[in-house]
Amino acid sequence: MPLVEAKHLSKSYGAIRAVRDVSFSVDRGEVVGFLGPHGAGKSTTMKMLTGHLRADAGAAVIAGFDVADDAVRAKQRLGYSPEGAPAYGEMTVREFLRFAADLRALPDAAESVRRTLELCRLQEVAAQNIDTLSKGYRMRVGFAQAVLHDPEVLILDEPTDGLDPNQKFEVRRILKEMAATKAVIVSTHILEEVGELCTRVIVIAKGEVRCDESRDRFLARGADLNAVFRQLTA
Amino acid sequence: MSAPAPAAPGLRPFSAMLRREFAGYFRTPLAYVFLAVFNAFAVSLAFFVGGLYESGVASLDRFFLYHPWLWAFLAPAAGARLWAEERRQGTLELLLTWPITVWQAALGKFLAAWLFLACALLMTTPVALTVGWLGEPDWGVIVSGYVGSFLCAGACLGIAAVASALTRSQVIAFVTGFLACFVLVLVGYGVFDELLAGALGAGGVDEFRRLGLWRNLEPFTLGLLDARPAAYFLSVAFAGLGLSAILVERR
Repeated sequence: MPLVEAKHLSKSYGAIRAVRDVSFSVDRGEVVGFLGPHGAGKSTTMKMLTGHLRADAGAAVIAGFDVADDAVRAKQRLGYSPEGAPAYGEMTVREFLRFAADLRALPDAAESVRRTLELCRLQEVAAQNIDTLSKGYRMRVGFAQAVLHDPEVLILDEPTDGLDPNQKFEVRRILKEMAATKAVIVSTHILEEVGELCTRVIVIAKGEVRCDESRDRFLARGADLNAVFRQLTA
Repeated sequence: MSAPAPAAPGLRPFSAMLRREFAGYFRTPLAYVFLAVFNAFAVSLAFFVGGLYESGVASLDRFFLYHPWLWAFLAPAAGARLWAEERRQGTLELLLTWPITVWQAALGKFLAAWLFLACALLMTTPVALTVGWLGEPDWGVIVSGYVGSFLCAGACLGIAAVASALTRSQVIAFVTGFLACFVLVLVGYGVFDELLAGALGAGGVDEFRRLGLWRNLEPFTLGLLDARPAAYFLSVAFAGLGLSAILVERR
């Protein structure tokens, strides 16, 4: 059984059809790079997969549970970091993760928080208000709340956006470590990330899937990935 | 390695929500400003405008007389952040993808804010003690006045929750919430009577006045325990709570 299934998802904002009949599925052990220009429908698709937006048509299924009909059980198995990694700025990192752990009713909340702080190398800022953190740390906090409960499905909207090369390396390292037991979807517009991180690539443009193939086949399309990308999304 | 299937979350998400929201008031100076302003107004209106001392009567009805005004102003101030702040910070997107239902989240937020208003109200007990020291008030009537004021606060908070669910700006949430509550205060004073007399007739106008805040608080301040005003406040409170949840769910 695939861990993520997008079945004919469609969404319009007024007259604008943001996502049109998007279908794909992701299995355990896959890291899917979700590529596309700005406004292509990446974030909208992710919002429907995570249950934040209701699809106009189609369904999203996480680990066998429909995100609309069986929302709580689907969301228990899902970790999601929205674009920009929003968090409650007036809380400290530790308080925020503790709140997320309680809200998820994790059996050993304190231990989950401790382990996650360590995994994401957040120990030294654990007592700081999130508002006072640099962008790099804030992105890591967003990532930390997404992996706190060791979910089967991880959906990250531009997790490396605005990070410096060292921080990007860190996020990719953690993702690779966890990827074997999870289904991961990572949206990005950094094409180099495909080769380093992903096992599969889905390109979306104007709300439609333009290509869905293994990393190796995608990389074999041409030496100049930017040209490949332009051609696919034209 | 695969994590064991998560257990049903039960009430823990709700109680986490309630605690975070309540503590949230005290994370910023807002709570202390609010408590100070509420007490300053509650006490000075009763003594200087209401003439509580000069009246020579050991009762708090002149104190409670101004509570609809106070709640109309301060419940939207406390309730403005409920949803507007989540939208502004982008955390609404997190909250809605965490395993808590919108209803649980809405109820947790609402009860936390109501509890906070109750704290403000309880801080005025020295006024009651003063009256008790000066004379021999009917304590049953005073308790019933406090219960009424608390319920009235809930009704204003219900309206504030709706206003907050409609916008990402706390200022807009406060102003619209205040205006809506203000209308309910004015209704009780018969401000719209002439306007509506033609359409509703004299009996209708009086019925309409019953929809005002003061008309429903007054019986409590007289020690009259009647189910109707209590039902009125609770229905406004929970209608507001329900509507705010629907607005968030339908975003």
